[in-house]
Amino acid sequence: MGGVVFLFLRRMRAPLIVLIASYAIALLGLVLMPGVDPAGRPWRMSFFHAFYLLAYTATTTGFGELPYPYSDAQRMWVTFSLYTTVIAWLYAVGKIIALLQDPLFQRVLAGTRFARQTRALREPFVIVCGYGETGSVLVEALDARRVRSAVIDIDAGRVSEVDLRGHAADVYALCADARLPDSLLAAGLRNSECRGLVALTDDDEANLAAAVASKLLRPKLPVLARCESSSTGANMDSFGTDHVINPFEVFARELGLAVHAPSQYLLREWLTAVPGTPLVEPLQPPRGLWIVCGYGRFGRAVSGALESEGISIRVIEPDPVNIERADTVRGSGTEAPTLREAGIDEAVAIVAGTSDDVNNFSIAMTARELNPRIFIVMRKNRRHNEVLFEAFAPELIMQPSQVVATECLAALTTPLLARFLAMAERESNDWANELVSRIAGLDNSTPEIWSVALTPAGAPAAWREAAGAGLRLEHLLLDHANRANRLDAIVLMLDSDGRDSLLPDDSVRLERGAVVLFCGTAAARSRLLFAVNHRNAMHYAATGEILHGALWNLLKRGPQP
Amino acid sequence: MNLEKVVFGFFIILAMTLNFGFFIGDITDARQHDLMEMFGAIVVNLVATVLKFGDRTQIGAIHLASSLVADLQLIAAAIVWTIAVHVTGSGLTPSTTASIVSLAGGALLANIVSVVILVVETVMLRR
Repeated sequence: MGGVVFLFLRRMRAPLIVLIASYAIALLGLVLMPGVDPAGRPWRMSFFHAFYLLAYTATTTGFGELPYPYSDAQRMWVTFSLYTTVIAWLYAVGKIIALLQDPLFQRVLAGTRFARQTRALREPFVIVCGYGETGSVLVEALDARRVRSAVIDIDAGRVSEVDLRGHAADVYALCADARLPDSLLAAGLRNSECRGLVALTDDDEANLAAAVASKLLRPKLPVLARCESSSTGANMDSFGTDHVINPFEVFARELGLAVHAPSQYLLREWLTAVPGTPLVEPLQPPRGLWIVCGYGRFGRAVSGALESEGISIRVIEPDPVNIERADTVRGSGTEAPTLREAGIDEAVAIVAGTSDDVNNFSIAMTARELNPRIFIVMRKNRRHNEVLFEAFAPELIMQPSQVVATECLAALTTPLLARFLAMAERESNDWANELVSRIAGLDNSTPEIWSVALTPAGAPAAWREAAGAGLRLEHLLLDHANRANRLDAIVLMLDSDGRDSLLPDDSVRLERGAVVLFCGTAAARSRLLFAVNHRNAMHYAATGEILHGALWNLLKRGPQP
Repeated sequence: MNLEKVVFGFFIILAMTLNFGFFIGDITDARQHDLMEMFGAIVVNLVATVLKFGDRTQIGAIHLASSLVADLQLIAAAIVWTIAVHVTGSGLTPSTTASIVSLAGGALLANIVSVVILVVETVMLRR
C-alpha cells in the first residue's frame, strides 16, 4: 500500500501548491484592502475574517458580507479571489479524480489489493498462472472441490472473465506477467496455506520461468507445469518440477490404456472428473487397423502409444518434413482417395489429429461416410467449436485443456489419489472392472474423493477412539445416526505406517496416524467428516454406546447431597 | 544546475528565515512580532511541505516529518492568536504573546533541522 500513497502524494504536489498559492494571494489581498466600518472609521479585515470569507466563497457556498458591508476595494478583491480560489479548487478536485482513474494508479491499487487478499487467505489455495481454457476448467474444478485459487494472467480481458463466472468462493485474479517472480509473490507464493503452483500459460517459456522461480523461492511447494515441447519438459524435470504435463503424451497414454484395459481407463476417468457431473460412458476402442491423420506432436504420441499396445497403424500426413515412416500416405486425409489409399474400408478406427478443427471435421465426416462403423477419435483445438463436436458426436474427443486440468486436479486435491492411481495401474483389468461396478452402484454421478488422516488435528474423534477398544475401518463407514445403515462410500486405499494397501478389508484395525482414501457420494462425505470430528458420533459408530453431554449427566444424576 | 533543486532549496530556506524573523525579539512584546511575517511563514511552510511529498527515501521521510512538525507548531500559534483576538477578546497580553512566540520558536527548530538535512544531503552528494 505504501507505493500507492507515495504515488498519490507525488502527483498531488502541483494541485496542492496551486491551492495554497491561490489562498495565500487571496488572503493577503483581503487583509490589505481598505474598508469602512458602520461608524465610518477605516477598517481592515483580519486574517481570521479573511480566511472565514474564503472558506465559504472558495467552496462556492456564499454567505454575504461579514462582519461589515464591504468597501468597493474589498469587493473588487473578493471578486478576484473568488474566481482564482474556485478555479484552484476545481483544478485540484479534477486532478484527484483523474488520478483515481489513472490506469497506472488503478494497476498499483489492484496489485496491492490482490497481494493483501492472498496474504490473508487462511484456507488451502493454489496459484494458477494462465486463465485460458485449461486454467478456467481447473479453477472451476478446484472450486467444486472447495480449494481456492489465485489466478495470474497477462491478458486483462481474461482476468475480468474470472469474475463473470459464478464460483462458489471468491477467486482472486490479477493481470500480471507470470514470468516475473514478483507476480508469483503477490499471488501468495510464501503463504503457508498455498498448496501448489500450476503454470498453464500457452507459452512454454513462461511456464518454465514460473516453475524455476517457484522452486527457488519455495523449494518444497509442488509445481505442476504444462509444456508442449519435450525439450522444455526435460528442462523442467531437470530442476525438480513435480509434475510436467504434456497434454499429447497424457492423452496418448490414456488412449493406450483404453485399448489395453478399458475398465482401468474408466476408473481413472471417473476418479479424476469433476464431482457431481454424470459418469462418463465406458469406452471400447476396437483392435485392428488404425489410421492416424496428422503426424505432428499429437499424431506421434498417439501412434507410439497404439503401437506399444500391438496395434497396426497407418499414417496420413501432408507435410514432407513430418514424413518419417515408409508407409506414410501423403495427403491431408480430407478427401476420399487418400483415405481409401490408407485403407479406410478395412480400418476399425481413425484419429483426426491435425491442429485445425475444420480439417479434423472434414476428415471425420468423410471417414464416416466411407465406413459408417468406424471409431472416430478427434482432437479439439478451439473451445468455441463445442457445438459442432456435440452435433457430430465422435466416439472420443481429445481436448488438451481438459486433459491437463484433470491431471492437475488429481495431483493437487488429493495427493493420495495420485498414489492410488499409480498402484491401480498395476492391477488387472478385472480388478478395475469390479471396482468400477461398485462405484457405479453408489450413485449415478462422479463420486467425491476425500481422505481422512487419523491425527489430533485431522480427525480428533477418530484419533481418540483409535486408542481404546480399537477402531476398525468399517466403523468409519457406519452412519452416526443409525449404525444399521452404511454410508455410500468405498475405501480406496489405506496408508498405515507408510505401507499402502489397495481396497483394504473392512475389518482392518485402524492405528493412529493412518490415512484413509475414500470415494463416495457428497452426503456420505459430509456425514463421515462429521463423525470423525465429533466424539459422541464416533463413539456411537464404533461401539453402539451413546455418550451424553456433561449437562445431561448432571441432570440424570440429580442434585448431589 | 537543476531548477527543481533551486526551488526546493529556496522554499526550505525561506521557511526558516521567515520563521526566524517572526521569532526574534522580546518574547512578551507583541509589537516586536509582525503578523504579516507569521502569515508568510505559514504559507511558505505549507508549500515546502507539499514539495517534500512523495520521496520514498529515509532522508525524504525525515524531511517531510520536520516540515509537518513546523506546520503543526505554526498553525497552533495562529489558532492561539485568533482565539485571543477574536474569540475571548482578551487581545495580545504578554502571556498570550509569549505562548505564540514560543510555539513559533519550536517551529523554527524544526525548520533548522530541515535545513541541516538539506545541507548534509548536499555535502554527501558526490560528483
